[in-house]
Amino acid sequence: MKQEYTITVYTENQIGLINKLAIIFTRRKINIESLNTSPSEVEGIHRFTIVINETEDVVRKISRQIEKLLDVLKVDYNTDDEIIWQEMALYKVAADVITEKVKVERLLREQGARAVVIRKDYVIFECTGQREEINNLIKILEPYGLLEFVRSARIAIIKKSDGFHNKVKEFEYKVPSEALVENEFLDQNEGIFSM
Amino acid sequence: MTANPAQNINKKAHETKQATGSQALLEALIHEGVKTIFGYPGGAIMPVYDALYDYGDRLEHILVRHEQGAIHAAQGFARVSGNTGVVFATSGPGATNLVTGLADAMIDSTPLVCITGQVFAHLLGTDAFQETDVINIVTPVTKWAYQVTNAEEIPHVLAKAFYIASTGRPGPIVIDITKNAQLQLFDYEGYQKCFHIRSYKPKPEVRHAYIEEAAKVINEAKKPFVIYGQGVILGNAEQEFRDFIEKGNFPSAWTILGMGAVPTDHALSVGMLGMHGNYGPNLLTNECDVLIAVGMRFDDRVTGRLDKYAKQAKIIHLDIDPAEIDKNVKSTVAVWGDCKETLPLLTALVQKNENQAWLQQFRDCTIKETEKVIFPEQNPENETLTMAEVIKYINEITHGEAIIVTDVGQHQMVACRYAKMNQTRSNVTSGGLGTMGFALPAAIGAKYGAPDRQVIAIIGDGGFQMTLQELGTIMQANVNVKIIILNNQFLGMVRQWQELFHQNRYSFVDITSPNYVKLAEAYNIAAKKVDQRSDLKSTLIEMLAHDNPFLLEVMVGKENNVFPMVPQGRGVSEIILSKEEL
Repeated sequence: MKQEYTITVYTENQIGLINKLAIIFTRRKINIESLNTSPSEVEGIHRFTIVINETEDVVRKISRQIEKLLDVLKVDYNTDDEIIWQEMALYKVAADVITEKVKVERLLREQGARAVVIRKDYVIFECTGQREEINNLIKILEPYGLLEFVRSARIAIIKKSDGFHNKVKEFEYKVPSEALVENEFLDQNEGIFSM
Repeated sequence: MTANPAQNINKKAHETKQATGSQALLEALIHEGVKTIFGYPGGAIMPVYDALYDYGDRLEHILVRHEQGAIHAAQGFARVSGNTGVVFATSGPGATNLVTGLADAMIDSTPLVCITGQVFAHLLGTDAFQETDVINIVTPVTKWAYQVTNAEEIPHVLAKAFYIASTGRPGPIVIDITKNAQLQLFDYEGYQKCFHIRSYKPKPEVRHAYIEEAAKVINEAKKPFVIYGQGVILGNAEQEFRDFIEKGNFPSAWTILGMGAVPTDHALSVGMLGMHGNYGPNLLTNECDVLIAVGMRFDDRVTGRLDKYAKQAKIIHLDIDPAEIDKNVKSTVAVWGDCKETLPLLTALVQKNENQAWLQQFRDCTIKETEKVIFPEQNPENETLTMAEVIKYINEITHGEAIIVTDVGQHQMVACRYAKMNQTRSNVTSGGLGTMGFALPAAIGAKYGAPDRQVIAIIGDGGFQMTLQELGTIMQANVNVKIIILNNQFLGMVRQWQELFHQNRYSFVDITSPNYVKLAEAYNIAAKKVDQRSDLKSTLIEMLAHDNPFLLEVMVGKENNVFPMVPQGRGVSEIILSKEEL
């Protein structure tokens, strides 16, 4: 059964990595729903968060192909239940709408949106949440005139992990640690590989 | 006199020396034990070729006639020697001409390091003369591809390249070096081999729990069946593998690339798997109760229709590449690791067994196949020569000691079905990619990889015409390879499919040939043509005794088919022995 999976990838900070990752998906005609890449807490290591809609079998195979790439340190994949995830969105609304229609301000506050820029001509609100919450706010604002909207890619924290931080830190060492070479391949079919 | 940069290197020993990027590159090759390079010069790699001029005593360079020839030669070299093949090519068309060979080496796990020249760094992205985006073109078909724009990177990038190419599941590497980096003088601090990359795990620590689990399943088996691939050869685990199958008396069948890991005449060798493999191994795949797959990847040409493949069996899969495990066939127990390490551990735990009745089933299948296919193919009653009888005579003359290099198509299937091999690393063929034109250049490389062995290239009339320019390489370097063209005047495999599955609609498979004997003579290569049975064996003897390269064209039946066959879309046990069974 196809469902949303979030693939988390730790990589070296190398030119061309995004292409190497992307061709794994394009070769199999899989559409990437969301892609975030940013530096991790360790210098020189980047974290990719990729969202796709696929079956578990396909996601597992893809994750192994990603793990096989040189410059990739660690791959994990999770269903939405297994992660805490957020997207951030920015909404630009004409200032007079906000000043004249008290209701709008109340709605925004109810949705947990926060003003980040207030100008004479427009106001920019920020809202962080899941897909539906952000979509919801679009729906609310649209009748009053939404000037511009942008949404970030998903970022996600994996619930079950007892802290990736220490494991990622291990990669700072040049020599392989015990955990690095350990074969935990068959321990959990869903969690992949050594780290 | 102008200062020789090579002398500069030696001037200040133990200190930092000045070297150009090109010199650092060649030093790296020497430190990695490279002796032979297959290449073709051009504008963007000229500084490397200039440096090579001074390294003639340590590095041998074979000038090919096309970059595709260079990379296939390097593949042939790597496959027979086990060492990493090295290729030089220039930027743009030089680099793009490597792509087929890279894809071939990638899918067949062949260790290569290919050095491509690139335009000056300041011209990157400007559509400069002979500039092409090499890294992005080759990324999907390489294990690693990296562009160097600064000479200081060259020593450690080359060290990484050789480490990655040859460890774990081997594969091809492309290092693209801009011309400025080739020319750049820098402080050369010597060469250090690479042994660890933090983001690269060539092989895991073996977990004994899986070995025990696998042994338990195997020991409960009534009809265990071993299938093996090139992993056994790549892992240098031929002896370990042999110990394993001999202890358990397991009938063992090979994939096309695994052929020769165990002598083809070994008592437990039951034949080749796959679409045109032997009858027994295909049929009994669907009867065994435990299928032990060693260093193979369940290619579709091996499995036939997946939902009819070994459904009754428990699957033990030994592989070094975790991405292969459960990719096509779900394993009951997966033993992830280097088979050189895992096999002895498994051997220690498996029980001795006779399996006589089970082995007899394979023998019965062989008898049936011999009667219906093998004997008539090798001993035809009519005057038309068959490919199988050519192979039969080669076996008689070489006693299975030769390296057989094949191209792709009917002749490849026939050669791999009938050739005898006593030694490992004797079979060089394009398995996964199915690259026509592979054999002639690969045979050149094979001769350099194993100069003391007889190298016989068996090629169809179609494939030969794809890379026949490499006759020039054979002429210039006097490469002692024996070339047999099995000429059926058709693109035989496609014709066979058109006959069997497209109602005899022969669409563009009728291919004419030049006069190969005259062609070879133009290249100063001895040549003969045989179309009579009475001349066949004597000419083969003459060819194989010849001290220099030799080309032999054998006219074979135009519309002969290769059987047995697992038709596409059918299960392996639905293998047919003749057209009538279709």
